[in-house]
Amino acid sequence: MIPAHGGRLVNRMADGTQRDELLAAAKSAPRLTLNAREGADLEMIGVGAMSPLKGFMNRADLDSVVHKCRLANGVVWPLAVTLSNKGVDCKTGNTLALEDEGGNLLGVIEVEEVYSYDKDEEAQGTLGTADDAHPGVQYLKSIGDQYIAGPIWVLDLPKHDFANERRLTPRETRVLFDMKGWNSIVAFQTRNPIHRAHEYLTKCALEIVDGLLIHPLVGETKSDDIPAKVRMDCYHALLADYYPKDRAVLAVYPQAMRYAGPREAMFHALLRQNYGCTHFIVGRDHAGVGDYYSTYEAQDFLKQYASEIDIEPLYFEHAFWDKKAGAMASSKTGAATEKEDKIFLSGTKVREMLRAGERPPVEFTRPEVADILIESMASKAAV
Amino acid sequence: MNAKVTVKIPRPLYERIQEVITDSGFNSPTDFIVFVLRDLVGDRALEKDKPEDGIKPAYSNEELAEVRRKLENLGYL
Repeated sequence: MIPAHGGRLVNRMADGTQRDELLAAAKSAPRLTLNAREGADLEMIGVGAMSPLKGFMNRADLDSVVHKCRLANGVVWPLAVTLSNKGVDCKTGNTLALEDEGGNLLGVIEVEEVYSYDKDEEAQGTLGTADDAHPGVQYLKSIGDQYIAGPIWVLDLPKHDFANERRLTPRETRVLFDMKGWNSIVAFQTRNPIHRAHEYLTKCALEIVDGLLIHPLVGETKSDDIPAKVRMDCYHALLADYYPKDRAVLAVYPQAMRYAGPREAMFHALLRQNYGCTHFIVGRDHAGVGDYYSTYEAQDFLKQYASEIDIEPLYFEHAFWDKKAGAMASSKTGAATEKEDKIFLSGTKVREMLRAGERPPVEFTRPEVADILIESMASKAAV
Repeated sequence: MNAKVTVKIPRPLYERIQEVITDSGFNSPTDFIVFVLRDLVGDRALEKDKPEDGIKPAYSNEELAEVRRKLENLGYL
């Protein structure tokens, strides 16, 4: 089985007497509230999805990530994983109790460093822009100026109100792949419903590997993205009728979106390696937003690091329904060369149709998926 | 039963730790030593229960049965 990134699958879930001791220590420790992204990061670190990270980044790691796309020890790592202070008076050596926004205790951090970092520098290095209109920049500007670094221990994972049975940890997905006898597994990251173009990519990939992990991101996304709960219904509908039951599995990826384009594509790939996947689908404008990144920038970025990462990215071009061939295709496989011979709808057009209660063409999306989205939009409009 | 025990360490090391923790958040060399050891022992304990390659997850039979049940309930096994 593929090794975890950095060589070892981290486990920061406290149990047994250690958990008892930490619970006791947390009772008298100052409490720091995590925002939604930080709570998701804590969950990901705890279960080992962010291996080799054992906690929130210190200045040396953050600085190295920003400028070199590596941790301070040289391991490739593309994005910041930081914890913002919210007015807690603390210094090196302190233990802080970490809680969610509802006041539920999640874990502890052993404070290694308290520091500040230039937000524009961080944004430029990791997001490729310091433009205030970028959602990742907006996030950075919305949090405090001080970061708290150090190893964490998770006492209880954040509570969620959906898909709890599909929150498989990297250890669990590795058991799953092992038990199914899969040696090669392709992961498909998505924050959207799966339309025909996405379905095509996953099935092309499935032709060359043993199994497919559909791994939708269900952490925080932009308010105009389709809610994760609705998307889950779409994935279930699709898997029920359109995928081989013994070769495709659905689990969720709890992380929040950063919208960091190329660097986030690498992040998504490395973390899927930690889940035991050997291949990772990278389509057009992966993890992009607006026009901050070019169509295949994420693919070009990943290719630069090909010799340093174990998981193998599978690069796909823009897919569409090819009227001439009567099949899904891409510019690499299709016969259609003229725009009128291709069925592909913009996101704006699809949203307009769905809001009007109109199914997009079956060549664009499966009717079952369209119906779920129409119903969701109708319910939202009725509120 | 007392929940704490006494461990003896070389005095020069103790004095060095006293210097290191000056102006830090550690209240005493004991706090610092517990901090370091907890991290070290916690990690080692996890390493010990994993196979040498650290690639396949290690579970006790009970844990494995629980994971298996979870995966069966999803219809995956």
